[in-house]
Amino acid sequence: MHQLYTWVFEPGFFASAPVHTAVVIGGVTAVVSAVVGVFTVLRGQSFAGHALGDVSAAGGSGALLIGVTPLTGFIGLGVIGSGAMELIGIRRVRGRDLATGIVLGAAIGLTALFLYLDTSASATTGAAQQILFGSIFTITSSLTVIIAFSVLAVGAIAAIWRPLLLATVSPDIAAARGVPVRLVGLTYMLALAVAVGLSSLTVGAILSTALLIGPAATALHLTRRMGRALVLACLTGLAATWAGILLAYDSYYWGSAHEGLPVSFFIVAVIFVTFLLTGLPARRAAARPREAGAPAAADASRDQVAA
Amino acid sequence: MPVMTEHARTSAPAADVLDVAGVSVSLSGRQILDDVSFSVGAGQFTGLIGPNGAGKTTLLRVILGLQRTSAGTVTVAGQPRSRRNPSIGYVPQKVLLDPDMPMRARDLVALGADGHRFGIPLRSRARREAVAEMLHAVDADRFADARVGLLSGGEQQRVLIAQALISQPRLLLLDEPLANLDIRSGQEVVSLLARIAADQQVAVLLSAHEMNPLMPVMDRVVYLAGGRAASGPTGQVITSEVLTRLYGYRVEVLHVNGRVLVVAGDADAGATAAHHVALPAAGAG
Repeated sequence: MHQLYTWVFEPGFFASAPVHTAVVIGGVTAVVSAVVGVFTVLRGQSFAGHALGDVSAAGGSGALLIGVTPLTGFIGLGVIGSGAMELIGIRRVRGRDLATGIVLGAAIGLTALFLYLDTSASATTGAAQQILFGSIFTITSSLTVIIAFSVLAVGAIAAIWRPLLLATVSPDIAAARGVPVRLVGLTYMLALAVAVGLSSLTVGAILSTALLIGPAATALHLTRRMGRALVLACLTGLAATWAGILLAYDSYYWGSAHEGLPVSFFIVAVIFVTFLLTGLPARRAAARPREAGAPAAADASRDQVAA
Repeated sequence: MPVMTEHARTSAPAADVLDVAGVSVSLSGRQILDDVSFSVGAGQFTGLIGPNGAGKTTLLRVILGLQRTSAGTVTVAGQPRSRRNPSIGYVPQKVLLDPDMPMRARDLVALGADGHRFGIPLRSRARREAVAEMLHAVDADRFADARVGLLSGGEQQRVLIAQALISQPRLLLLDEPLANLDIRSGQEVVSLLARIAADQQVAVLLSAHEMNPLMPVMDRVVYLAGGRAASGPTGQVITSEVLTRLYGYRVEVLHVNGRVLVVAGDADAGATAAHHVALPAAGAG
């Protein structure tokens, strides 16, 4: 029994200060990402989420250059980018897609420039790794700031929960019911920027989409209730993050070389595998024929209408 | 200039739920609606008929307060139009319900009651019962717990109608609700709406480019063509004279096997009618 225990938790896991920090910040980040991510998936905006990750990367690498914490850069530029994307592309879905793509391209270009300058200015090669792929064991931002941002983002989603859901189902119905659709959409995008900024800190700007989309998509495999989807997404995100931290810690003891493998890899790998596993039963259920008695699916042709 | 039957103004009941008077709309220099006037009384089933592009959706958006007008007034339940009017229930055109949306039919109906409110919803027995009652009213009990995105087109329309009715509106607006339904589902939706109009004394205004499915239940018609409207009791509006004035060119109304066909040009015999371009169904393109 004890052997199994030490096999799962390598020595010193629970005593390690970096592990404590990683578990707390990783957990908070996973919850924020899951809450926002459920709506990102339902609104079909995972591309926007990914683009915001790239904008965050530009912000984080720029922040290192001027000597402020990466989190300031991640969230600062993310908020500006999300506001710009929402305002530019508000009119048409296709327009939003284009706006997102253009912002994304510009952001990656800036990131390339900033990371080059970071590396040559400080003669360290860690900047690219830290910004793009995260640094959950060596976070320098204050826990208070991280929690404050998390409460802000989750609080914003809670406040606009019903109008956002209605606007996601049908912007027309929402507008007719007097929902300020643009304001609700903008609030959601700002919460998205914060979620992406926080997960850039843990799994990295490039991988933030995985933490945003993966647990949410997994939850949507499993339930047809919105509230349950939210809880399941949070649990999946937490489980993946904590399992990833444990595996990364353990990986130090796996080979004789004693080289720890990157935590971001493990978190994303767990999310990916969970998504695939939950998708199989869902797919099988969808393939089952509908129960008898229901009217036939109705996509009548124009001919039938005119007949 | 409005084309009106003499009846349109005078026969309207005193307590109209909807009164549209002289509404004009232009969008980027193009006249979409030109001096449109009509009214709808409680419990009446009114068809808003016209070819695609005639301005039906624009007119519904004007009534909802979502579209600016260049002239005219709209009164709903005695109040000037405004956004967030609880007297109006609305089922828009082409609502695409994502099969992945984790939402049961009853959840969508509940959103119709309080989807505009901020904050987290509170579960209450009264709310649950109101939703169940509304699902029953549209014969949707059977699939109340199914994912809305996986329901058939006709089932989704019922759920959307329940969603629109739960706030107990005086006026129910539906934009092309029959567009993607097979004939049988369409008939079911139409008779459901007729029953709701009669039972709950709701004024129903339903837009369609095909009027025949509505003929059995339609009390009155608002016919839109080229941005202008003719309105009144169905039999008085769907005539060659009125529609010819409306379209601005010779139009013939034919009754063939109990169906109404509106065709362009002179048609002296039923046999030649088939060679004419049918309006609006075929003209809709």
